[in-house]
Amino acid sequence: MALLDINGLTQNFGGLCALSDFSIRFEGGELTGLIGPNGAGKTTVFNLTSGFYRPSQGDIRFRDRSIVGRKPHQITGMGIARTFQNIRLWKDMSVLDNIRISQHYAMGYSLWDALARTANYDRAEKKILRTASEILESLDLTRYADELPKNLPYGIQRKVEIARALSIQPSLLLLDEPAAGLNSSDVQGLIQLIRWIHETFDITIWMIEHQMAVVMNLCSWIKVIDFGVTIAEGTPDEIQNNPDVIKAYLGDDNI
Amino acid sequence: MQRFSVPLLLALLFGALVAASHTGAIDLYIQSVIMFIGINIILSSSLNIVNGYMGEFACGHAAFMAIGAYVASILNVLLFTKDKYFGPPLLPPELSLYFFPLVLLAGGAAAALAGMLVAIPSFKTRGDYLAIITIAANFIVTSTIINMNAIGGARGFMGMKKIIFSMEDVLELPWMLIWVILGTVFSVWTIRRFVSSTYGKGIIAIHQDEIAAEIMGVNTNRMKLMAFMISSGLAGIAGGLFAHILGYINPGSFGILKSTECLVMVYLGGMGSLSGSVISAILFTLLLEGLRFVIPWINTGLHWLHLLPDAYEVSQVWKWVIIPLILVLLMQFRPEGIMGNKELSDIFPRLKRWYHFK
Ligand SMILES: Nc1ncnc2c1ncn2[C@@H]1O[C@H](COP(=O)(O)OP(=O)(O)OP(=O)(O)O)[C@@H](O)[C@H]1O
Ligand SMILES: [Mg+2]
Repeated sequence: MALLDINGLTQNFGGLCALSDFSIRFEGGELTGLIGPNGAGKTTVFNLTSGFYRPSQGDIRFRDRSIVGRKPHQITGMGIARTFQNIRLWKDMSVLDNIRISQHYAMGYSLWDALARTANYDRAEKKILRTASEILESLDLTRYADELPKNLPYGIQRKVEIARALSIQPSLLLLDEPAAGLNSSDVQGLIQLIRWIHETFDITIWMIEHQMAVVMNLCSWIKVIDFGVTIAEGTPDEIQNNPDVIKAYLGDDNI
Repeated sequence: MQRFSVPLLLALLFGALVAASHTGAIDLYIQSVIMFIGINIILSSSLNIVNGYMGEFACGHAAFMAIGAYVASILNVLLFTKDKYFGPPLLPPELSLYFFPLVLLAGGAAAALAGMLVAIPSFKTRGDYLAIITIAANFIVTSTIINMNAIGGARGFMGMKKIIFSMEDVLELPWMLIWVILGTVFSVWTIRRFVSSTYGKGIIAIHQDEIAAEIMGVNTNRMKLMAFMISSGLAGIAGGLFAHILGYINPGSFGILKSTECLVMVYLGGMGSLSGSVISAILFTLLLEGLRFVIPWINTGLHWLHLLPDAYEVSQVWKWVIIPLILVLLMQFRPEGIMGNKELSDIFPRLKRWYHFK
């Protein structure tokens, strides 16, 4: 049984075909890259997978169940978590609360429990707090627990967003350009972090990235799209030497 | 000790107010001001759920108040009084005392159901469009009542005073004051528990980034439904109390002007601050009452200084010039309101040693 099986995915925005006939399959445990020039349709793939858009055509199956038409929060509950190209933390809420609220997928109590402060409420809130503290601890973010994300440096915000996604205990983690906006020392840290996450948690990672160093360093398999069309896939070495990819990135003139 | 300080203080205050009213140490006017403070606290803090914590812009809070007021009044009059439309009481009038909280809650439940109807469009729209929908809902409710002759139409509905009398027949106490204080404490406590739970904080996540909330696992539609229903349900309870304090209601009391008062209190206190809503409701009520006295003084003063033509009197209508003016000034100089989105204990951390409110 495949973890994720995307088949013939197509997305039109009005007249624009942002993605056409995209397919990919994960068995579980991979660390795969998705690259392509600006506007290629990479984020669109993630938006479709996380249920933010409904595809014009094609199917997305997660653990053998189609997730097309499900609400984003349901898909998250099934085990797909993501980060965003432009960080989308809740900026005026403490880092700890950011992680706690992401536990909605497995709340464990009802409105009534919250109002009556039942034993069930106390138990569930304790568990939520423990999960959140553990994830902050393991990503070395504990000292930022009470800070507001808006006051944190960009690199830390990125890390908090990854922590928030991990706190959902996903089996598939989608990272949309995690290195965007980071300086070179932060990028080194990020590469180590992603590798560490991949080794430590039993997780499949699929990442979009512009910085070739990051993708080439981390991913064992890479897929390249341009204008919504898949133009190549293979190992980092194969991709680096693929004339179509070079053409897509550098334009015809440079060949 | 901290755990008990707030309940203890509230119990003391409650006991003192009831005793003072019972013995006549505070007169009926002061009692009514206290009751309106309570009602305004419920209105502003409940609207704050949607407009402050969740960041929507709902402008028809009075509609839910109206529904709660009419449902509770009609139920009470139908069940416990002899009425020329509804006939003899269905239950012995002295039971009204014990049924009163249930009747209030029934009014609240009806208002919450109506709140659901506004919540559903909010799944897809927000901002200006939702504002328009809520204003429309306010008009729909008031004009529906105006056109229902069985419940008095535009003339209004009365008979609730008899309920108070039958409660007093059972035991001679200032019952409305008691119910208002209990209702206020119940509302503030409900809201506090809702928005301080991880579950309830989902609405703050919706405020700060709705897309992130949905994608990070918050069922945004359900949270919106819940927020609107709690908010309008509590407004319905406030309406029920309001109706029984006055003993008479008409649709005109629940128009856009009333909804605007609720909005003013929320923005005056600070969006997303419960203590702000409580403080602003107190200040706002005192201000409204204060102007009752101040406007005649201004009038006499200006006449004495010969600044006004003899024929012109500064009337109470000027209240509606002074209050919006205060709001304009507030938005100019402190747009975040009195408390911003902070609570008292955030501003005075030392308070935390003294109380623990949850
Ligand atoms: N909601 C939308 N409505 C209309 N067009 C859209 C929408 N979302 C994306 N597009 C278009 O689809 C194309 C692909 O966008 P997408 O964001 O997926 O690109 P990308 O590969 O992530 O690019 P970048 O590297 O700049 O992030 C772009 O031309 C974009 O303008
Ligand atoms: Mg993108």
